Amino acid sequence: MSMCEQDPATWSCDRCAVALVPGKVEFSYMGGSFKVDLPVCPDCGLVLVPEELAVGRMADAEKILEDK
Amino acid sequence: MEPNELREWEQKCIQEEPPQCTAACPIHLDARLFVRQVGEGDWGGALKTLAKTMPFPRILGRICDHPCEHACLRGEAGEPIAIGALERLCVETVQQRVVPSMLPRKRLAIAVVGSGLGSLTVAWDLLRKGYDLTLFEPGSRLGGSLWSLPENILPPEVLSAELELLTELGATVELFAKVGRPNTVVTLSESFAAVYIGLDTQGVNLNLLDLDDQGAVQVDPLTMATSRTGVFAGGRADDTKSPIAAVLAGRRAATSIDRFVTNVSMESGREKEGPYATLLYTSLAGVAPLPRIAAANPASGYNAEEALKEAGRCIQCECLECVKVCSYLEKFKGYPRKYAREIYNNERMVPGGVHRANLLVNSCSNCGLCATVCPNDFHMGELCHDARLSMVARAKMPPAAHEFALLDLEFSSSDKFALARHEPGLTASRYLFFPSCQLAGSAPGQVSEAYGFLRQQLSGGVGLMLNCCGAPGFWAGRDDLFYAAIRTLRTEWHALGEPVMIVACSSCLAIFREQLPEIPLVSLWEVLEQTGLPNTAAEAGRLAVVDPCSSRLDPAVQKSVRRLLERLGAAIEELPLHGDKPECCGFGGLMANANPALAREVVARRLAASDSDYLAYCAMCRDHFTAAGKRTTHLIDLIFPVETREDPAGRPATGWSLRHENRARLKEALLKELWGEATVTVAEYERRRVEIPPDVLALMEARRILVADVQRVIEYGERTGNRLRSEENGLCRAYFRPHRVTFWVDYRQQGEGFIVANAYCHRMEIVRSSHEHV
Ligand code: SF4
Ligand code: SF4
Ligand code: SF4
Ligand SMILES: [Zn+2]
Repeated sequence: MSMCEQDPATWSCDRCAVALVPGKVEFSYMGGSFKVDLPVCPDCGLVLVPEELAVGRMADAEKILEDK
Repeated sequence: MEPNELREWEQKCIQEEPPQCTAACPIHLDARLFVRQVGEGDWGGALKTLAKTMPFPRILGRICDHPCEHACLRGEAGEPIAIGALERLCVETVQQRVVPSMLPRKRLAIAVVGSGLGSLTVAWDLLRKGYDLTLFEPGSRLGGSLWSLPENILPPEVLSAELELLTELGATVELFAKVGRPNTVVTLSESFAAVYIGLDTQGVNLNLLDLDDQGAVQVDPLTMATSRTGVFAGGRADDTKSPIAAVLAGRRAATSIDRFVTNVSMESGREKEGPYATLLYTSLAGVAPLPRIAAANPASGYNAEEALKEAGRCIQCECLECVKVCSYLEKFKGYPRKYAREIYNNERMVPGGVHRANLLVNSCSNCGLCATVCPNDFHMGELCHDARLSMVARAKMPPAAHEFALLDLEFSSSDKFALARHEPGLTASRYLFFPSCQLAGSAPGQVSEAYGFLRQQLSGGVGLMLNCCGAPGFWAGRDDLFYAAIRTLRTEWHALGEPVMIVACSSCLAIFREQLPEIPLVSLWEVLEQTGLPNTAAEAGRLAVVDPCSSRLDPAVQKSVRRLLERLGAAIEELPLHGDKPECCGFGGLMANANPALAREVVARRLAASDSDYLAYCAMCRDHFTAAGKRTTHLIDLIFPVETREDPAGRPATGWSLRHENRARLKEALLKELWGEATVTVAEYERRRVEIPPDVLALMEARRILVADVQRVIEYGERTGNRLRSEENGLCRAYFRPHRVTFWVDYRQQGEGFIVANAYCHRMEIVRSSHEHV
């Protein structure tokens, strides 16, 4: 899955005071795991899951896994 | 589910039983389908339907004596469908050839003697089954007594054309066959695997076969076997009186011959051959009686237009009583028998199983309406509940289905709300008021007033128990949580001296009655009938009463509610589905959790039943209806009006966060005012003062995000500094996963508190992250 839809530059990590950079985030749900391209903090690893992704394709994928 | 359990469920649902016409037809023609096709003008399809069951459809379609019509259910609402006349028009008008489907050749030779309707049927059936068939006809042409029928009924050219089909299907036909020799039967049975003798054939020598008392060849009525092994017989000279009876005899013989030569039991499993009583139930409610369409020209029968009209009278018999009243059953486009099979296949992981089965299982509201209307009491809710228990046991239950409601249960049974006490100042309780978590969450002020009134009116002490009855645990298939809740209630009831419980919610009542039979129960409404109403009670106008589904088996409570309403001056309107037939509001069975879209449809359907204001006596019904825009009053709003006296229906719906808050506040207030105790420890996150604009709150409600969840995220972000910041507008964004959901909140600090700009969530868990940049 590639879901890098939001420009990481508009969000920065507040604690590390650095801009987010493209990274890979691993998710798991109902026994499956997935890697998604998302903005992450290069220093502490804080991630950004955009709203469109969470309520859109991620929610759809959750539903499919739940009815497996 | 065990295979035998599946069978029991399947047997309960009779939707797949044949309609009356088909069951009464000796060869079980699918008359319902045939008539439907005629009604749709699909004459080709109709002919195919005939040919699927009938031998020589162009003959039988003209001459069948249609016993199906005596059974046709339309006869109970007008006159039976003229199935025979429709068949006739069909075979008269459709010219396209019908080629019956054939099984592969078997290389087993069968002899048929004679060519009356019975013999022809044996030949037809066995040819289609792939046998080598030789037909011995002593006369000069095939067809026997069929030639004696009037020409306008069976035109000779039709008969001869149809008889030619035999050779097309591969039969060997011997005319002028010598079947009168003393050893005819022996010779035939030695050279063929089996023999059928049409007893309507002239000049057959039958001397080797035993006779019955009347001097006719002795034939077993079930198998058509004679006294000689491998020799079968049937047919009488007067076969044309009931052509379809002759066909049935031939069909029975063909079945026996097929079984005989392949060494299968000839007797077993033949109960449903010939006419039988179907178990199908079809309601005639709302079916206006209609007389049969008369043909303008009776001699030539129906024309196409008349046939269409006649077919249009067919009820298309089926049951579906439950599907008619339940949006859920309708939504999944099947009926309980099918659903039972789907659930079974899913559980057993039968390949090709349907992936919607989890949603199917979790969408039922367990309201029991299906069982009430089903002729066999099929309770889909019980089927689904068993399946949920099994899913939980096999760790196959998707957490999203019920978690939110289970957290609500956890909240209500926690210190935040739960309470069990004697009346302030007393050490014993004759009564114990149990307002229910949902009513307390929706109408805390009214609950508090009601408790005050009960204390004032009843002597001997009225204790108070705030808790949840455990219903969400039951619905979610979480027996562990459910029985834990029940155990707590039982223990506390004992500790309070086993008082009579006064229960406001019908769901709680139903659960207690089943799980806690030792507790004497009475509904709040029945008590108020006894005590009389407070003089502050509001006046009621015209109201349509929506019984909660959980009151289905509780006519006493339903009546009590109506009597109270009368005292309040209400003009009561009864909805079509009330009494033992109320629908659910979508909360039951946690439908609204697992399938919110369906729950909205269910509510819409209930709201469509009347334009009047509704009167509910279940907090969830009231809140669901109110949220959907229907003016709905809860009975407690009339009896104990709190700031709603002017317009009891005007109270807004209570969202999930407000419910929690209301419960917690109710407990706090009561502790303080009645028992003089200050409260309850407040968690750090609860001290975060947040301001949430209404549109964000509505979004949170739809996304099932509680204010407490938002407070947790902000508390976490602020405490740890783990938060993102927008470079454009300085907004903070933090995320936190308190349970099994990750919540995201956009917020900004304002003075001591925070303003929430957005909130969303997901269930997928962030396991780790890495960045590509070095
Ligand atoms: S009411 Fe429903 S469950 Fe009962 S027999 Fe009819 S279709 Fe089947
Ligand atoms: S009404 Fe139609 S389906 Fe029902 S028994 Fe008559 S022909 Fe058959
Ligand atoms: S929602 Fe009610 S009527 Fe519908 S299937 Fe479930 S228990 Fe039966
Ligand atoms: Zn960082």
